[in-house]
Amino acid sequence: MSRAVDLLIIGAGPAGMSAALRARGLGLSVLVVDDQPAPGGQIWRAVETRAGTRTGKLLGDEYAAGLPLAQAFRASGAVYEPGTQVWQIEPGWQVYMSRAQQAECVQVANVLLATGAQERPAPFPGWTLPGVLTVGAAQILLKTAREIPQDPPWIAGSGPLALLYMVQLLRAGGTIAGWLDTSPADGWRRALPHAASARHAWKDILKGLSWTRELRRAGFPIVRGVTQLRAQGGQRLEHLVYQTADGQSQRVAAALLLIHEGVVPSIHMTQALGCEHVWSVNQHCLTPTLDEWSQTSKPGIFLAGDGAGIGGARAACTRGELAALGIAMRAGKLQDDAARHLAEPLRRRLATELSIRPMLDALYPPRAELFAPPDDTMVCRCEELTAGQIRAAARIGQPGPNQIKAFTRAGMGPCQGRQCGYTVAHILAAAHGKPVEEIGFYRIRPPLKPLTLGELASLDSASNTGSDAP
Amino acid sequence: MSSDVFDVAVIGGGLHGLSAALQLSRAGKRVVVLERAWVGRHASGASAAGVRTLNRDMGELDLALESMEMWHNIGLLVGDDCGFNAHGQICVAEHPDSLSKLEERVSRLRGLGYTHEAIIDARELRRRVPAISPHCIGASIAPDNGAADPHRTLAAFRRSAQAAGVVIREGCDVRRIEQRGQDWSIEMDSAAVTDSALSGSQAHDRAPSSTLVVPFVVNAAGAWSGRIAAMVGDDIPLDTKASMMIVSERLAPMIEPVVSIMGRSLSFKQSDQGTLVIGGGLQGIPDLDAETSAVRMGVLSKGARAATDLFPCVRDIRIVRVWSGLEAKTEDMLPVVGAAVNAPGVFHAFGYSGHGFQLVPVVGAALTDLIVSGSTRRAIGALNAQRLMATPSAEVAA
Repeated sequence: MSRAVDLLIIGAGPAGMSAALRARGLGLSVLVVDDQPAPGGQIWRAVETRAGTRTGKLLGDEYAAGLPLAQAFRASGAVYEPGTQVWQIEPGWQVYMSRAQQAECVQVANVLLATGAQERPAPFPGWTLPGVLTVGAAQILLKTAREIPQDPPWIAGSGPLALLYMVQLLRAGGTIAGWLDTSPADGWRRALPHAASARHAWKDILKGLSWTRELRRAGFPIVRGVTQLRAQGGQRLEHLVYQTADGQSQRVAAALLLIHEGVVPSIHMTQALGCEHVWSVNQHCLTPTLDEWSQTSKPGIFLAGDGAGIGGARAACTRGELAALGIAMRAGKLQDDAARHLAEPLRRRLATELSIRPMLDALYPPRAELFAPPDDTMVCRCEELTAGQIRAAARIGQPGPNQIKAFTRAGMGPCQGRQCGYTVAHILAAAHGKPVEEIGFYRIRPPLKPLTLGELASLDSASNTGSDAP
Repeated sequence: MSSDVFDVAVIGGGLHGLSAALQLSRAGKRVVVLERAWVGRHASGASAAGVRTLNRDMGELDLALESMEMWHNIGLLVGDDCGFNAHGQICVAEHPDSLSKLEERVSRLRGLGYTHEAIIDARELRRRVPAISPHCIGASIAPDNGAADPHRTLAAFRRSAQAAGVVIREGCDVRRIEQRGQDWSIEMDSAAVTDSALSGSQAHDRAPSSTLVVPFVVNAAGAWSGRIAAMVGDDIPLDTKASMMIVSERLAPMIEPVVSIMGRSLSFKQSDQGTLVIGGGLQGIPDLDAETSAVRMGVLSKGARAATDLFPCVRDIRIVRVWSGLEAKTEDMLPVVGAAVNAPGVFHAFGYSGHGFQLVPVVGAALTDLIVSGSTRRAIGALNAQRLMATPSAEVAA
C-alpha cells in the first residue's frame, strides 16, 4: 500500500513489456507484476533462457524476436515482480495481489491490463477425457521443457496456432498421427475479399503457406472439413470418431489428442471491473470497449495486447506503447499534442500489423458445432454439467447466464466460467431465439486468481486494508 | 396467464415475496408477483441460508421459533427439503468474558421459559466440532438449528408458488402506486432484463408501461422496500446492507454445525457440495441505484482471519468466489412485518437486517392471516412500521 507508482502493469508479455519500456522512457514510475517466473508472456515464454538454445532455434524467428524486448525491459528501470497473482481490483484503484503466499494491496491511479488471451473453450463429446489436451498446453511444454509427446498426437481444430505447433513439433523431431482440420470448407473463398487489405502482411501469408507445405511433406494424414468430432474411451482416450467432408463416419485409434479452436481475449478482469464490452462479430467473442488511448470505460483502467481483440504479438507491442502514451498523458507527464505526435507512427504501424486479421478471422472461424454441442457434452467442467442439463434449466422462465448459474451451479467452480461462459451464452441464445450478443455474461466474482483463506487473512494482520464496515 | 385479475400483488420476487404469494394462493387468493429483475436476484440468491434461532433478538424470537418448526416440516410447505440440515448452530467463546456473555443470555432465556439454547463446555464443543482451534473454551448451542441451500430453496418456493397458481412476472419494475377507491393501482415498466455490462442500446429496451389494480399489496421489495413504502405514504428510514460471503473449493466433510464467534464477524459452515461458506455480516459497498454492490477484500480479510483463527486447518483452502448481496437494514435490526401505517390494504415485509432467511415460512403465513382474515395470532407485535417512523402521519392527522 505504501508503494507509490504512476503505473501498475499486469502481465509481462509483449504488450506489458512494451508499455513498461515506453512509460519508463516518458518518466513514469512503473511496477510490472506477472504470474510467470520470467518475462515473455505466452508467445515468448522462457525466451531469455531458451532463445539461444536448439529449442529456441526450432521455435523460429517469431520466438527469437522476443529476446531483445525482454532484455530492454529488464534494463528499463521498471520494478518487475514475477510470480505474482493479481486477484482483485477495487475502485480507487486498489490492486490486491499475492506473491509467495503473502497478500498485498497496492493503490495506484493507472492500471494497464496486459493479460492476453486464452484458447477458445472447445467443448465436444469426450473433451474432458484424460489424453485430450489443448495445443496451447502442449506448446508450453515444448517451449519450456522441449517436451515432445510420447505418443504421436492427433491434432484437431483450426487456426494458425495449430499449424505453427505442428511445424514446431516436426522440427523438434516429433511425429504427428494426423491432422483433423475442422475449419469450415471454402476458407479461401471467405478470405478472398480481405486479401487486398491483407497485402501488407504478405510475409505472414507466405510463412503460413510454407508451413502448410512443410506439413504436407511430412506425410501424416490430413483430413479437411472434419465435423462431429468425438473422443471416446473408458478411463482415458482410446478412439476418435468424426465425420469427413463427404459425410463418412470414421473411427481411429488415438492415445493423445491436441485440440485448438483459436484464441479469444481474456476478459475476466474487465468483466469483474464492470467495464463495457462489445460483441466482436469477426472473432465471435466479447471485447472491452476502448478509447483511442486504450482506456476502458473505467477511467484509469487501460488495456493492451490480445486482451483488446486478437492481433498477435507485434500488434500487442504497438498497442502497449500506445497505451503508455495515453497513461503518460493522464498522469500529466505528456502534453496532448506531444502524445498525438508520438502516437501517429504507432497508429500507422498498428493498422499494418492488424491488416491480416480480417483474412485470418474469415479463414478460421470457430465451427458452429462448438456453440451447440450435443446434449451429452460436458459444458461446465468444474461442476460437471452437460449441455443437456443447461438446456433443461434454460426452460425455467427466460433465464440469463446468472440465473443459469443459480439454477445449476454452472460457472461456480474454480475456473469461474472461463471454460463454460461462451458455451452457456450460446445455448441460451438458441433456447430463447435471440442473438448471442443480447444474452450477456456471467457476473465475475473475485478472486480472479487462486487465493487461499490464509493469504486473505494475511492481509488483515498486515493491517494495510481499507476502513471498517460503514 | 388466463386472466389479469388479481387479489394481491406481491412486489419483490425474493423468498419472502414467494412465501407470501404461495401461502396466499393456497388460501384462495389470486396472486401476482412483480419482480424487477428475476426471482432471487438479490439477498435471497446471495444468502448464506442460515436457519437460526440462536442469539435471536427477543423482538423476533417467538416468530423465529415458530418458523423453526415450519423449517423442520418444510417439505409440507414446498414439497422439497430445501437442502435443510439441522446439524445445530454454535456460537463459540474465545475468552472467559465472551463465555460469560453467552451464559448470561442462556440463563436469561431459561428464566423466561425458553429452552432452545444451551451452554456446552470445551470438551463437548470439540466432540461436535473436532476441527476447532484448542483456544476456544466453550460455546452456546441451538441443536435444532442448521442451514439450507439457498438456490434449492428458491427453486422449491418458485415451483410450488407457480403450482399453486401464482403468476410470476420477472423484468417488471414498479414505478408508481396510487390509491383508487378501495384498491391500489400499480404502474409498471417492463424492463428487458440483461445480464452484464454490455454497452449500447440493447441493455434496457423498455416496453410501454402497464397498470394493474388490486385490493391488496405486499411490499417485499428487499433493499428497495423503503422506496415502495414511500409510494404509498409510509416514510420508513432504511439503511442498506451488502453483506459479503466467501465460498471455498470443495473439500471432504469436516464440520456439520454452523459456527459463529461471540464478538467477531463470522459464520462458518460446510455446504452439502463440500464447499465452505463463510459469512458473518462484513459489509461491502451497496449501490441501490445501480442495483448492485461491490466487495471489499480488505474488509473481508477480517472474516478470513476469523475463520483461520477458529479453524487453523483451512489456511491452505482456496477461495473460489466472493460476493455480496443487497438488503434493507432497520435502525433496531428488526424487520418490518405488518400493515402499512398510511395505506389500508398494503402490508410490509422487509428490513430483515441480515437474518431474514429463517423467517421466510412464518412471515408468509402471518401476511396470509392478515390479508385473508384481517388479523394474526403470530408474534409480529414488535415488528410494526410505526416504531421506525419519526412522526407517524396518522397521529399528525389526529
